[in-house]
Amino acid sequence: MSLENFISKAISPWMKNEGPDFDIVLSSRVRLARNISDTPFPIAASKNTLEEIIALTGSKFSRKAHRKFGELELLKMDAMKQNEKRVLVEKHLISPNLSDESKAGAVLLSEDESLSIMINEEDHFRIQVLLSGFQLTEGLKYANEIDDWLEEKIDFAFDEKRGYLTSCPTNVGTGLRASVMMHLPALVITRQMNRILPAINQLGLVVRGIYGEGSEALGNVFQVSNQMTLGKSEEDIVNDLRSVVYQLIQQERAARELLMQQSRLQIEDRVYRSYGILSYSRTMESKEATQRLSDVRLGIDLGLIDDLNGKILNELMILTQPGFLQQYAGEILSPEQRDQRRAALIRERLKLEKKA
Amino acid sequence: MLCQECKQRQATLHFTKIINGEKTEFHICDVCAKEKGEFIPGSNSFSIHQLLSGLLDIDQPVSTSETETVPKKELRCDKCGMTYQQFAEIGRFGCPNCYKTFTEKLDPIFRRIHSGNSYHGGKFPKRVGKDLHIHKEIEQLKYQLQQYVSREEFEQAAVIRDKIRSLEKSLEDNKEG
Repeated sequence: MSLENFISKAISPWMKNEGPDFDIVLSSRVRLARNISDTPFPIAASKNTLEEIIALTGSKFSRKAHRKFGELELLKMDAMKQNEKRVLVEKHLISPNLSDESKAGAVLLSEDESLSIMINEEDHFRIQVLLSGFQLTEGLKYANEIDDWLEEKIDFAFDEKRGYLTSCPTNVGTGLRASVMMHLPALVITRQMNRILPAINQLGLVVRGIYGEGSEALGNVFQVSNQMTLGKSEEDIVNDLRSVVYQLIQQERAARELLMQQSRLQIEDRVYRSYGILSYSRTMESKEATQRLSDVRLGIDLGLIDDLNGKILNELMILTQPGFLQQYAGEILSPEQRDQRRAALIRERLKLEKKA
Repeated sequence: MLCQECKQRQATLHFTKIINGEKTEFHICDVCAKEKGEFIPGSNSFSIHQLLSGLLDIDQPVSTSETETVPKKELRCDKCGMTYQQFAEIGRFGCPNCYKTFTEKLDPIFRRIHSGNSYHGGKFPKRVGKDLHIHKEIEQLKYQLQQYVSREEFEQAAVIRDKIRSLEKSLEDNKEG
């Protein structure tokens, strides 16, 4: 398969759009946790019960056309190869937990991969809507629609006082986790993140690295999400997050401007060095790749590099992960082989861009 | 030596990783070590559930002497069999009914996790939640009714009373239908 072909198949269709404030907010995600009433949560349910939930959900919702998301496809974890699951994790469509820990897990996916409904993760259902750019309000709207759609056929565990009941007490109430992936290189370079992070935490929001809980911020990409789920309405939770994200966007833009005014030479040097390394290196670890890609993306956003498209960062950050490299190679690779393949894929991809 | 991750705290964990002949040295403080979790040897991954279970395990101080004379019965969910002790250990409920079983202990826990809140303030499911909406409305109307009666505004009170009756009737109808 040619690289062009592979990419067009590998990248989620929703990622090909450029949402609002795409230069800083890479993607927005809204997740709702739901459970079936009078049924043990996955942690305490038998494999049989969980299989029944998958069968029931499959018969009621897969291959049924939803007016916004179209037909949904049901994928069962035990019917998939390890690397296929890994690719879904790398695309953020399922969690590592569902892939490896669930007794009987499955996922319902929309064709454009902007909607995924994980079945039997920590909760019976995890509705997830992924959109390009800064689109939290839209994400909540679509997630709500899917929630209502499921509720037409399924009785959810709900309590007047506690709201939607979830397996983990950190999700009870709305079951809502809204998050954005933000590329904040200028705030990192100007060392402002350390000042900003504690303030964000005080507002009941969490900042993490790109791969969720406990991961570091690779490639200057941060995930900002709400922490509390009980007490506030869904709209208030999303609006509070939105206003903080909006502030961060302003701060990042200001920091970029400052960098260009005061340290243009250093920034140009950094951007072009990384561009050069990405264009010519023969082996590259994923940590270095994400950092270099972040630099190049900053260069594109600052107008220093004009023969590349900004989408390249999103795309290559996903494509250069182990699961994808192995899928492209069609075989399981050792870490050294992956580093070589990664460097080769990045070189090819950049060449492709220049031709276009 | 300062921690190479945060560059703020003193590094307390020093180790060398050799993977496929490639040697990497790490000097990390215990806070960052916990954050990095399982890929650092000797520091088991510290998950949200473990953090939580620390929180849940703190039994609320009961000051009355009664508790000493009457041995406390352990809370156990009669639907899934989970005990409060198990819940506190794994940090997760076993089934929806656990919320009812452990309800007396949950308010302080929820308040700690959810910035002081212990009541839901968001969406109601359309179908299952329909009756709940009506119950909530009746509660509010009953409160209004009391207000009017206490102010001796009986005409308004009668209006509210009729509203309550019709809502209660619709609840009955929902049950039969």
